[in-house]
Amino acid sequence: MTAVSKSFVELNNVTMRYSEGDELALDTTNMKINKGEFVAVVGPSGCGKSSLLKLVSGLMPPTDGIVLVDNKEVSGPLKIVGMAFQNPTLLPWRTTLDNVLLPMEIVKPHRNRLRKHRAEYEDRARKLLASVGLEGHEDKFPWELSGGMQQRASLCRSLIHEPDLLMLDEPFGALDAFTREELWDILQNLWMVRPFTVILVTHDLREASYLADTIYVMSKRPGKIIVARENPLPRPRDQEVTFTQPFTDLVHELRSHIRDVRAA
Amino acid sequence: MNKKLNLRKASPWLSAIGLFVLWELIVRIFNIPPYVLPTPSESIIVGWQFHEAIWMHATHTLYTTLVGFAIAVVFGVVLGALVGSSRTIYDAANPLLVGFNSVPKVALVPVLVMWFGIGTVPAIITAFMISFFPIVVNVATGLATLEPELRDVLRSLGATRKDILIKVGFPRAMPYFFASLKVAITLAFVGSVISETVASNVGVGYLMLSASSKFNMPLVFAGLLVIAVMGIAMYEIFNVIERRSTKWANRANPTN
Repeated sequence: MTAVSKSFVELNNVTMRYSEGDELALDTTNMKINKGEFVAVVGPSGCGKSSLLKLVSGLMPPTDGIVLVDNKEVSGPLKIVGMAFQNPTLLPWRTTLDNVLLPMEIVKPHRNRLRKHRAEYEDRARKLLASVGLEGHEDKFPWELSGGMQQRASLCRSLIHEPDLLMLDEPFGALDAFTREELWDILQNLWMVRPFTVILVTHDLREASYLADTIYVMSKRPGKIIVARENPLPRPRDQEVTFTQPFTDLVHELRSHIRDVRAA
Repeated sequence: MNKKLNLRKASPWLSAIGLFVLWELIVRIFNIPPYVLPTPSESIIVGWQFHEAIWMHATHTLYTTLVGFAIAVVFGVVLGALVGSSRTIYDAANPLLVGFNSVPKVALVPVLVMWFGIGTVPAIITAFMISFFPIVVNVATGLATLEPELRDVLRSLGATRKDILIKVGFPRAMPYFFASLKVAITLAFVGSVISETVASNVGVGYLMLSASSKFNMPLVFAGLLVIAVMGIAMYEIFNVIERRSTKWANRANPTN
């Protein structure tokens, strides 16, 4: 290949502040994420992790530097990104199935096909829901689901249109430990079936070590990437991995980085 | 359990009957003359004697109220949508709206009479002017309080402003909208009756004014009761519509 870089997401010397006069939210950040790579960003709270997601998805422009996705400079919302947050943000007047189908009503070309091919799309949504263990809950309303089930549905909504890029902002942060670890496996499975590029923002170091190929550690505000750590653990990972020495070593190492940046 | 439910269902009737009994007793015990405060029984009897006239005036009041209210709904939704979806329009319109809402509408009736003459038109306009404000505020609030995360989800899918408004904004604003209708319809009655009282020769407001000039206080109170009953009836209709159309927002107390 020529000079064209093969990374899917690239940040070149990016800085960002929310408005003029504000302190920097993100300071001279460089990142290269390959297509299909699972990346986790960890750091102390308020370090600009969420700003990073907004930058890459084009919801916020960088103050300085360039953000490239698929070799094109990002200049507005990307239109193909899947997103999920700590708050599942499902629409309470729609059933689970209709919530999952929401992106199909917006993303082209699906939005023009949806009405005619409704059955086909519903089938697709049902399959996706079944793959996260929500079979039989398609016609329930969000408030009839538990927190973990809502988050699964939110995950389905972020993936139904088969996005190339998935942004996760502490998606499992509000769940109990057991549900959280169950959802790690569900996410890993979805990703292994159809690899998409993931940027997962989290403050859970075990979560990052369990899921990611590469873990970026950010300093406290103004956020800056101080460590990029490859994850040596083989795939697929299961709950047993979390009790092995390499896993705990990795978590330990990340913990000490965080300790350093918090002390700095 | 069943007993409790029955009591709950009966409670609005019991409270209404209780109020009338109390009123009746107070008037009789303190021997209040009927030209000051008539008893409810007397008002109802007189109301029945004049029921043909009351029916004619009441239907007219209902008509002007509903027409004014309908205009308020259309105007309120459009303005609320504009105000709720743009910060700039909100900033521009807000002081004007608050200022306008602070003006006593009764003071505007003479102006309307100068423009349109007495009767139906000023009553409709007064009903409209007094009732659109809560609709604007509620629709705008429903639209403006959209979760930022949800907005991000939709924008990153390529949703336009219009998409967001239709898919999320309006459905989300529905409970706010219906809640405002209940307030607005009762205000619309206030508006049309005010206007009828000041400048009309038809309507319950006019009926009450002419009855009081003849010291027929029981008829005045009969008119008041008719307005109250119409208000309750309209309120209940919108209450039922609200519960049917936005079940998801009332899930906490489904029996309500």
